Amino acid sequence: MQIRCPLCGLRDVREFTIKGHAIALSRPAPDAGDEAWNAYLHLRENPAGVTTELWHHTAGCGAWLKVTRNTITHEILKVALVRDGVERTDAD
Amino acid sequence: MRYSGLQVLAQGLLGNRGWTPAWRDPDPKPAYDILIIGGGGHGLATAFYLAKEHGLTNIAVLEKGYLGGGNVGRNTTIVRANYGLPGNSEFYSHSLKLWEQLESELNYNVMHSQRGIINLFHSDGQRDAYARRGNAMINQGDDAILLDNAGCRKLLPYLDYDQTRFPIYGGLYHPRGGTARHDAVAWGFARGADTRGVDLIQNCEVTGIDIENGAVTGVQTTRGAIKAKKVGIVVAGRSSQVAAMAGMRLPIESHVLQAFVTEGLKPCLDHVVTYGMGHFYVSQSDKGGLVFGGDLDFYASYAARGNLPMAEHVMEAGLTLMPMIGKAKVLRSWGGIMDMSPDGSPVIDKTHIDGLYLNCGWCYGGFKAVPGSGFSFAHLIATDRPHAPAARYRLDRFLTGRGLMDEEATGSQHNLH
Repeated sequence: MQIRCPLCGLRDVREFTIKGHAIALSRPAPDAGDEAWNAYLHLRENPAGVTTELWHHTAGCGAWLKVTRNTITHEILKVALVRDGVERTDAD
Repeated sequence: MRYSGLQVLAQGLLGNRGWTPAWRDPDPKPAYDILIIGGGGHGLATAFYLAKEHGLTNIAVLEKGYLGGGNVGRNTTIVRANYGLPGNSEFYSHSLKLWEQLESELNYNVMHSQRGIINLFHSDGQRDAYARRGNAMINQGDDAILLDNAGCRKLLPYLDYDQTRFPIYGGLYHPRGGTARHDAVAWGFARGADTRGVDLIQNCEVTGIDIENGAVTGVQTTRGAIKAKKVGIVVAGRSSQVAAMAGMRLPIESHVLQAFVTEGLKPCLDHVVTYGMGHFYVSQSDKGGLVFGGDLDFYASYAARGNLPMAEHVMEAGLTLMPMIGKAKVLRSWGGIMDMSPDGSPVIDKTHIDGLYLNCGWCYGGFKAVPGSGFSFAHLIATDRPHAPAARYRLDRFLTGRGLMDEEATGSQHNLH
């Protein structure tokens, strides 16, 4: 796999660290209750198909990326900076 | 047909024309007492023990492909009972005892080989951790021997002991651990269940789960609707999709774990060796191939194939540990889809829907659990009470935080195990 970092361009997956599903961006309020926190921490849609996840460009610019990826084909469809929502497709 | 040495001799003399198929290939009936979704190792074992231990035979196993075509045919065949935490410890201990009587119980050669497993350690801290784990195994009634450097050298003379990165201090030796022929385990359980009257239905994908008034009433499949009083989901790798048919969201992420096998070599590895620091483990199959693997690729995947970085990492780790395998050619690599749970331990539990039972979350350790999981899941489905060795595999432990079983002590979070 290769990921097109919006800042660095197309880079090998070895440069990146995956955090997991982008649900990490939707942190519940501290008093949201056990069900909401369980859903946030543990329960996953776990799609066979298109998913959105967070990758860190650890050995590159250090940016956090929101990557839209197909879990069946490993195709990367979209990469955005978490910071400002800037998106770039492979066609750019 | 009962298999025996005499049978082999007789059939050989008669031109091997008398062998019969090991199981029937029936069409689904309109209704059963119990449906098991998933004809892999765990599903077939569940059906077998439902029939054998509980006398229940109006059962169908529904498999979307062919029997044993999923993870039970894609793993690295290791069988062990070397867990440290309450919950896992008694479960895997029970499973290993079932393994030890499996061949006579199934009348089937699963090639269970108790060749011993050695987990290497490379620091004083790791030695302490393995000493503790060994004591936990002994407390559970299983076997563990802490080997020092000289003890390891005697059993494993071919390792590079003095490598600068991870010099080998010793290993935790689990003599009753070993390997088994993975496909034969599925086939043996399939034959055992079929012989007792269970219908094994292949090419039958479940497309919906019927629920009325909070109770399961049957399933929709590509081969028509089938009614049932009880339904067990045991579809590792696809648990999230099947559970979603019942409106459930599971604490599961599916990940790919790669494995590799070399060309056949003369016997050279007598044990299973694990090298946790390098993320590498290896054994030698009876055909002579070195069967080895390492870590997850760590991103969610249903592709059943991994990427090159992890393949390279595993090969590099293997060569630092045992340089002698450097000229062996890798014949095949493949990937299996792991049900990864947040704490690294599985779930065998009822659901909030009456008559719907769930068996999932085996992470990358499902193969050795096949008999134990089938036995405990069958007990749960038949009696509606958890089987003691699996009583801690509760689905609600993530919500309550009580009874989490995190063997690696890294935390109960996705992407850590």
